[in-house]
Amino acid sequence: MHLHKFEKIWLIFGMGSLALFLVIIGFAAFWKGTHPQSHIEIIDPENVEAHDSFKPENLGLREVAEGKYIVNIVASAFNYDFGTDADGKPVKKIRVPKGSTVLFQITTKDVVHGFQVAGTNVNMMVEPGHVSRLETEMKNVGEFTVVCNEYCGIGHHQMFATVEVYE
Amino acid sequence: MMNQLKIAKKDARLYMSFMYVTFAALLVGGLMGLLQTLARSGKFTLPFGINYYTILTVHGVILGLVLTTFFIIGFQFALMGKTVGISDKQRKTGWWSFWLMLAGTVMAAITILVGQANVLYTFYAPLRAHPAFYIGLALVIVGSWVAVFTNFHQLYVWKKANKGQKSPLLAFMVVINMAMWFIASLGVAASVLIQFIPWSLGYAETINVLLSRTLFWYFGHPLVYFWLLPAYMAWYAIIPKIIGGKLFSDSLARMSFILLLMFSIPVGFHHQLTEPGIDPTWKFIQVVLTFMVVIPTLMTAFSIFATFETTGRRKGHKGLFGWFKHLPWKDVRFLAPFIGMVAFIPGGAGGIVNASHQMNSLIHNTIWVTGHFHLTVATTVILTYFGIAYWLVPHLTGRRLTPRLNKLGIIQAIIWTVGMTIMSTAMHIQGLLGGPRRSNFSTYAGGDQVQTWIGYQAAQAIGGTILFIGIVLMIYIFIQLAFFAPRGVEEFPIAEEEVDADPTPKVLENWYLWIGITIALILFAYTIPVFDILKHSPPGSVPFDWPIGRP
Repeated sequence: MHLHKFEKIWLIFGMGSLALFLVIIGFAAFWKGTHPQSHIEIIDPENVEAHDSFKPENLGLREVAEGKYIVNIVASAFNYDFGTDADGKPVKKIRVPKGSTVLFQITTKDVVHGFQVAGTNVNMMVEPGHVSRLETEMKNVGEFTVVCNEYCGIGHHQMFATVEVYE
Repeated sequence: MMNQLKIAKKDARLYMSFMYVTFAALLVGGLMGLLQTLARSGKFTLPFGINYYTILTVHGVILGLVLTTFFIIGFQFALMGKTVGISDKQRKTGWWSFWLMLAGTVMAAITILVGQANVLYTFYAPLRAHPAFYIGLALVIVGSWVAVFTNFHQLYVWKKANKGQKSPLLAFMVVINMAMWFIASLGVAASVLIQFIPWSLGYAETINVLLSRTLFWYFGHPLVYFWLLPAYMAWYAIIPKIIGGKLFSDSLARMSFILLLMFSIPVGFHHQLTEPGIDPTWKFIQVVLTFMVVIPTLMTAFSIFATFETTGRRKGHKGLFGWFKHLPWKDVRFLAPFIGMVAFIPGGAGGIVNASHQMNSLIHNTIWVTGHFHLTVATTVILTYFGIAYWLVPHLTGRRLTPRLNKLGIIQAIIWTVGMTIMSTAMHIQGLLGGPRRSNFSTYAGGDQVQTWIGYQAAQAIGGTILFIGIVLMIYIFIQLAFFAPRGVEEFPIAEEEVDADPTPKVLENWYLWIGITIALILFAYTIPVFDILKHSPPGSVPFDWPIGRP
């Protein structure tokens, strides 16, 4: 098959750029370890409490070491369960200091949900039967809205929470 | 391709039936789109207690599945009829495919409209819609398969009658697109027939959610190429004729279609990059395969602009860009698809971002993605379809595209461009700011961050309104072309090869080879991960009816 000279140049340039993009993405993924979250850890969606992280008393924010936090969440239509505060009221907002490392662990009791801390790279699918996990460093100060970004039913847009990063 | 066949009246009736459904779908789906943008601006409440997610489901299903599939199958039948012919028997099976698809569409549409299927267009197990929704969609797919095998048979009969000759380019392209559609839709058909229907009828207690999603996206990405390839057919083989030129290269066109066949299917994981149950290495492999699809698109871009330039220079337009100035800008059959080609540049670039292994987490499920496919599908593809309809409809109805309708068409294309630019740009920006897609209006308890989104939602409503005006105008033009335009003959433009063109290599028509490679790639990309998914599967999910408003 005959290819025009300009076309060869164009294709070499195009394929070269693609190869470069893939090398960058591959380098970040396999050397720096920035894969998208995938833990292939399974759980019974009808009995999430059997998993230590998702027992009612373990839900919400917990400091595990200096500047290191774990947040356990159980999603359900149409609520994120962050546990309860000292008065027994459901927690809707968590606060962490700037620069802390936060591990988000979440699962769902019923249907598929999303978990996105808008304005950060924390963005996960939450599917029945699986545990989604992502660790990140909170570098910027501010109030970030957590939105359910995967359709979960007609109350989908009322499912949210807040993460505040303070100085 | 030198000898174009005449389209008989009874054949034209079949092709036009697909067009009627297409444009009816455009009106209904477009109206739903308008209502969505208005509702999401926060300034307007849907009347009669209609749920936002009902119209969202209608919009997605009717435009993404019904409009596209009906247009494509009707257009492809016309291309086959024109290049290789259609027999009485084939016409009969063509009608079967039409009625099956229509019955399925009506069934699914009623189920959605009565609020029994607020599950959007991608199903979302374990949300459970009424069984009629899944059965209706299955009928649409089965109907499309009847068309697939009719098209295959048309080319087969032609080949037998014309031993040793290469197939007409457009017939070859149709068969590639249908081969891709058939292989890809096996995934969604398996999911609907084996998983969803028994489960929604209560014969199976639970469903494997991850498997259903994987089977859906195995189909869901090639689906967008199924929309795109008919546009490519027009760009390669029809636009050159409209601008008064010749086919750039028969072999190149065939090669790029073969590459699209091979690389469009084993890529579905890039829609599932942020899912917890799939191994990241396999996600990466499918990202690499996704990037390969860009190559035939680069080939297409080159060949189209090469045609533009060659044609212009041959007509004697000088200077570096003289040929560009003298393209037929006032011919809507050229202008509408051309705008589509331009929109594909940012659209395609956005697609590379979406498919990138980690970058995806920034935009996954944000309204950026919606902005992306409103550039690619709702601009590139749809404007090209409109560009096709401007000559195909009058050709089939024995009427003419009058100068007045041509001018209205140009106005239509400009309205579309303005509306889409506003809407899609606002969606891209709001997505980068974190605004979610597939959501009704919400202030999420009034955080500052949410305030930055709402202005863009208002811009989307403005863009959506302009687009709807464009849709109404398009419907008017369609009705004129189908029923009222003056009688006459409108050309079916098919570009011819250069007299001294290089012969097309025979290997390009070796179906066993290309379909074999396609299947090998699919097996490579899916066997181990699907085995993994089955091996590491959690307890299945019981159905949930109430979250979508079913009692």
